[in-house]
Amino acid sequence: MKAIVSVKRVVDYNVRIQVKPDGSGVVTDGVKMSMNPFDEIAMEEAVRLKEKGKITEIIAVTIGGAKNEETLRTALAFGATKAIHIKDEGEVQPLTAARALAAVFKKEGASLLIAGKQAIDDDANQTGQMVAALLDIAQATFAGKVDVDGNKATVVREVDAGLETLEVDLPAVITADLRLNEPRYLKLPDIMKAKRIPIEATTLADLGVTAAAAVKTVKTVPPPSRSKGVMVKTVDDLVAALKAKGLA
Amino acid sequence: MPELIQRRDLDFLLHEWLRIETLSRYPRYSGQDRASYDDVIDAATVLAEEQFLPHAAKLDANEPHFDGERVHLIPEVKAALDAYIDGGFLGTAFASEHGGLQLPYTIFQAVSALFTAANIGTAGYLFLTGAAANLLAAHGSPEQRQRYMRPMIEGRWFGTMCLSEPQAGSSLGDIKTRAKPLPDGGYAISGNKMWISGGEHDLSENIVHHVLARIDGAPAGVKGISLFIVPKYRVNADGSLGAKNGVRLMGLNHKMGYRGTTNTALSFGEQGDCVGELVGAPGQGLACMFHMMNEARIGVGLSAVALASAGYRYSLDYAKTRLQGRPASNKNPEAKPVAIIEHSDVRRMLLQQKAYVEGGLALCLYCARLVDEELANPDEQVRADAHLLLDILTPIAKAWPSEFCLEANKLAIQVLGGYGYTRDYPVERLYRDNRLNPIHEGTNGIQGLDLLGRKVLMQNGAALKLLLGRIQASIASARASGDAALTEYADALANAIDAATRTTMTLGAAAAQGKLDLFLANAHLYLEMMGHTVIAWLWLQQAELATKALPSASAADQDYYQGKRWACRYFIRHELPKALRQAELLATLDDTTLNLPIAAL
Ligand SMILES: Cc1cc2nc3c(=O)[nH]c(=O)nc-3n(C[C@H](O)[C@H](O)[C@H](O)COP(=O)(O)OP(=O)(O)OC[C@H]3O[C@@H](n4cnc5c(N)ncnc54)[C@H](O)[C@@H]3O)c2cc1C
Repeated sequence: MKAIVSVKRVVDYNVRIQVKPDGSGVVTDGVKMSMNPFDEIAMEEAVRLKEKGKITEIIAVTIGGAKNEETLRTALAFGATKAIHIKDEGEVQPLTAARALAAVFKKEGASLLIAGKQAIDDDANQTGQMVAALLDIAQATFAGKVDVDGNKATVVREVDAGLETLEVDLPAVITADLRLNEPRYLKLPDIMKAKRIPIEATTLADLGVTAAAAVKTVKTVPPPSRSKGVMVKTVDDLVAALKAKGLA
Repeated sequence: MPELIQRRDLDFLLHEWLRIETLSRYPRYSGQDRASYDDVIDAATVLAEEQFLPHAAKLDANEPHFDGERVHLIPEVKAALDAYIDGGFLGTAFASEHGGLQLPYTIFQAVSALFTAANIGTAGYLFLTGAAANLLAAHGSPEQRQRYMRPMIEGRWFGTMCLSEPQAGSSLGDIKTRAKPLPDGGYAISGNKMWISGGEHDLSENIVHHVLARIDGAPAGVKGISLFIVPKYRVNADGSLGAKNGVRLMGLNHKMGYRGTTNTALSFGEQGDCVGELVGAPGQGLACMFHMMNEARIGVGLSAVALASAGYRYSLDYAKTRLQGRPASNKNPEAKPVAIIEHSDVRRMLLQQKAYVEGGLALCLYCARLVDEELANPDEQVRADAHLLLDILTPIAKAWPSEFCLEANKLAIQVLGGYGYTRDYPVERLYRDNRLNPIHEGTNGIQGLDLLGRKVLMQNGAALKLLLGRIQASIASARASGDAALTEYADALANAIDAATRTTMTLGAAAAQGKLDLFLANAHLYLEMMGHTVIAWLWLQQAELATKALPSASAADQDYYQGKRWACRYFIRHELPKALRQAELLATLDDTTLNLPIAAL
């Protein structure tokens, strides 16, 4: 049984994000990039399923420019058995990613897509769901626990009200939440071995996918810095201040 | 939490300056690339931050304890060591035939610096084990490698170096531990060793002690010293463990710093029950050790750099947020206090730390790169040159950082003021940890003697000439850049090496006249002079590279490269003149310390 794991290259979670002066996006030049942390969790889960003998192959897939190869190398070091690089230098919208992943899913005859629940760059939280819709298969998002048994997966989901347990028929899409597992440390021998595994290259066109253009980024602005507090002298001043802000 | 060693700086030194990727042209490193090196450093960074750093203060506060039977350590130590071993880090630089990853020594050193900065007390066991395995890679027989080295590279057994004895530290020729030949070709070992790091613990299945001892009837002095493998548990023919081997822990030493690494007084063969295996030829013990000790000494220098780097980065963060005082020009008592980094004197302390730390890091990585050249370059001449340069630079790489990066740790405490003097902040611990480095692996006094008494004059000054040639080339290149600041620094360095050369000739003449005690009386001062000169050279190279990179640099990199130029300016203007004055003093063959009557003290 094959699992696909989608891995996205994003600005490292330790980096303090800076918006470009012209508002066209965030600065990525010379900034440390790494695998989306939720995708690391997805990778780890896939590796654990493989170690338990529940799946036999893990195909890591990324969409993006030449540098994305590094992200695939990391996935291979984690334990992916194969890596596919969908080369695309442009902006990849969630729908584009979903179409591409769905195409790979079909082509490979996979039974599972394990994805991060969202990527920490645009926080869209859409791709996994859209893949399920495009393929018309089951989905279990925000997974906190995953069990695979034969043709079914049991997934404990983290929802606002607590935990929800779902049973889904395979093939299915599972998206990983933060507490699903703690990704392992990469081992140096695995890092070095990963260098020698060939990466399969393809394009959106090869996969018969057209890029979505429904969403346009109009402007990027930094969050407003918290304004300084004011000291008020009396309760009346406080009430007046709150009223002025429309809070009382 | 600041980055304890700035990744940007590691990248600059490894990639932009040392062009480490070019090592992959040599067969030993073929197939490797920058991405491999970056991934290895990334993996080390995560492990050091998550498994080593969090318990560093706790381990310092809870030093190892011996109850008469066993040594107790906090459990976090073993967990961190296991994570390092599982990650395959012990094999980083070992050849693949020995089960290693055959990565460059330079990369291994960069990785080691990250673990040192995070927690030297825990990391110490790993470095000792790596060095012990390395010794067998160089001098062990194939059987010894199979039996003892492999389990160390796999992390199942740990290793130690047993040189020092209570009465013989600097002067190893005076060691007394005995080795009596046994009929089966082995040796019965007996004697006492002192200061042995990692000499006892339950962290590994076995401990492989490398012991210097005298075979009965061997000549006095260093020529009579041989090297032996003495395991804690005897090893059966199939590699399984047998009975205890008569190595007894007499007690733990209670140290100022480096507390997590047990430091032991050991006795061997009290009951005639301790056997050892000879490594190499009889009488070659010290030679074998020294072969490995050169690398160990670069490691000591780098460890001093790493501990200072951690202090620098902590104190830099602190200085940006601690509010105190106002600029001298602001007489308004109601004006808001400024962050202390606004005060020139605090910036002095930070810039001085930066200049020492990044200068020391450049020196140690440069030496590590030479080790790689010597190991892997197919060109015999390049290998010979690398060897010669290492001969003269190793005592400097050990002593200069351990002297001046310790000074940097002192400054880090000073930046934090009273808070720096408390255990609520890590800077005092870093200072205590670093205070070992001028002492072990040959005291800095001994390094001075080694540099002036042996390395500088050997082969008619061949090593010094080679070094001076390299410095001259950098001076010429900086002058050719046409940049006014670089030219100023190049001129200052040219002056310094002229003075150092003249002084060396004067000292050499005294040696030739047989005035040996006078010649060596100020060897430590000579070491400082040469150290400052070499560091100024490395700063000039860094500044030139930064200047060239500036025009096309991103905004963040602009700051970084400008930082290199400021630190170079500081080092050349504030530090290098010290070397000039030392050169003048040395050239007078001053005999103050030589002729000082003891009664005058
Ligand atoms: C924490 C720690 C860990 C250590 N780990 C190990 C280890 O794992 N294995 C091991 O074998 N050893 C180890 N050592 C021992 C260490 O290498 C010695 O302490 C060191 O070599 C100095 O020896 P000593 O302490 O006997 O001092 P001494 O040799 O007595 O020196 C005292 C002072 O006299 C000076 N001096 C001595 N001889 C001369 C001379 N000829 N000319 C000028 N000055 C001189 C020295 O520079 C020093 O300042 C460790 C020491 C410490 C403190």
